[in-house]
Amino acid sequence: MSTERNVAQIALFTALIAALGLIPQLTLAFGVPVTAQSLGIMLCGTVLGARRGGLAALLFVALVALGLPLLSGGRGGLGLFSPSSPTVGFLVGFPVSAFCTGLITERLRRLPTAPAAGIAAVIGGICVLYAFGIVGMSVALERSLGEAALLVTAFIPGDMIKAVLAGLITAALYRARPDSVWSRA
Amino acid sequence: MISLTSPVRTRAHGWPAGAKLLGLCVASVVLFAAPYLAFQIAAALAVWVAYALPGWLFFWYGVRRIWPLWPFVVLLLIWHLFTAGVGEGAVIALRMVTAVALANLVTMITSLEAMMAVISRLLRPFARLGVNLRAIELAAAMVIRFTPVLADKGTALSLAWRARSRRRAGWRVIVPFMVLALDDADHVAEALRARGGIGLDNKI
Repeated sequence: MSTERNVAQIALFTALIAALGLIPQLTLAFGVPVTAQSLGIMLCGTVLGARRGGLAALLFVALVALGLPLLSGGRGGLGLFSPSSPTVGFLVGFPVSAFCTGLITERLRRLPTAPAAGIAAVIGGICVLYAFGIVGMSVALERSLGEAALLVTAFIPGDMIKAVLAGLITAALYRARPDSVWSRA
Repeated sequence: MISLTSPVRTRAHGWPAGAKLLGLCVASVVLFAAPYLAFQIAAALAVWVAYALPGWLFFWYGVRRIWPLWPFVVLLLIWHLFTAGVGEGAVIALRMVTAVALANLVTMITSLEAMMAVISRLLRPFARLGVNLRAIELAAAMVIRFTPVLADKGTALSLAWRARSRRRAGWRVIVPFMVLALDDADHVAEALRARGGIGLDNKI
């Protein structure tokens, strides 16, 4: 495996997460947009695996912090990373979430691709990500963890659908380009 | 790609980026450490005066960037109306808006190149531990180059879908989209190798 292919895949996946954010978004309550972007984070892990997927998500978050408008709706910049920003936890959690999703997909190698990636997306992409998001929100808004959790429950059904899609997409991708699905390699 | 740096040039664009970032860290800590209404009002006023100094265009740009926070402000005020009292809610809401506005301000007055330079400097000690800095810089440049390319390809794919189907392109269009991206990555990797590669043989 060449360094060039590693770097190119990580960079292209990061660009892919950004491009997924350009798909028109639905904003549910509380201003947290529900987009294909969190699906992109799940796919980082389920397709690229723990290390590469985590690095792609880390690169994405770092470029957003540096001031590139890569988040859905053209958002970005340091303001989102202020400890007072209610959604900071989700952003900080993206790389960890992608890493965990990748790790679980790699560990569930005995299962067929779709259920393995789907389960990994639920645990890594929802449980881990929301743990970070809820802590961030409780710090920013000075609410208890329970109250902060209550605020984000509205987004869990949407993310469950995304986890199922992540499983189906990863399986289809594995059929199309088995060499590029590192979590299964 | 357009970065979020303000096109309105200010004197602060020339200040060292490292100092601006350090100042932002200190200010954020102070804002958190001082939960007094008078202090938070003063801090909010100071930040918005800073926004107004370069002119109205700059000011409105800043207001637009902070606008998505309004549901949280409303939520905090309503919540505190029924619990601890509006004063405490106002402190938290003001602090949120001020801290985020201040961080946005740093983004607006610092060029992407200056930010990248700070990151490179911070990462330099890690090069000894085997972190391939050139690979990171190259990856960052590639993301900036390929995001609009992939966005165009994604749009073309959904248009192709629309041309054949009466329904809107849903998640199914993501699979060919990702195949495109992975194939692009392979082509780019080959092109990089053909031009001498990334050089260092450190694994990233």
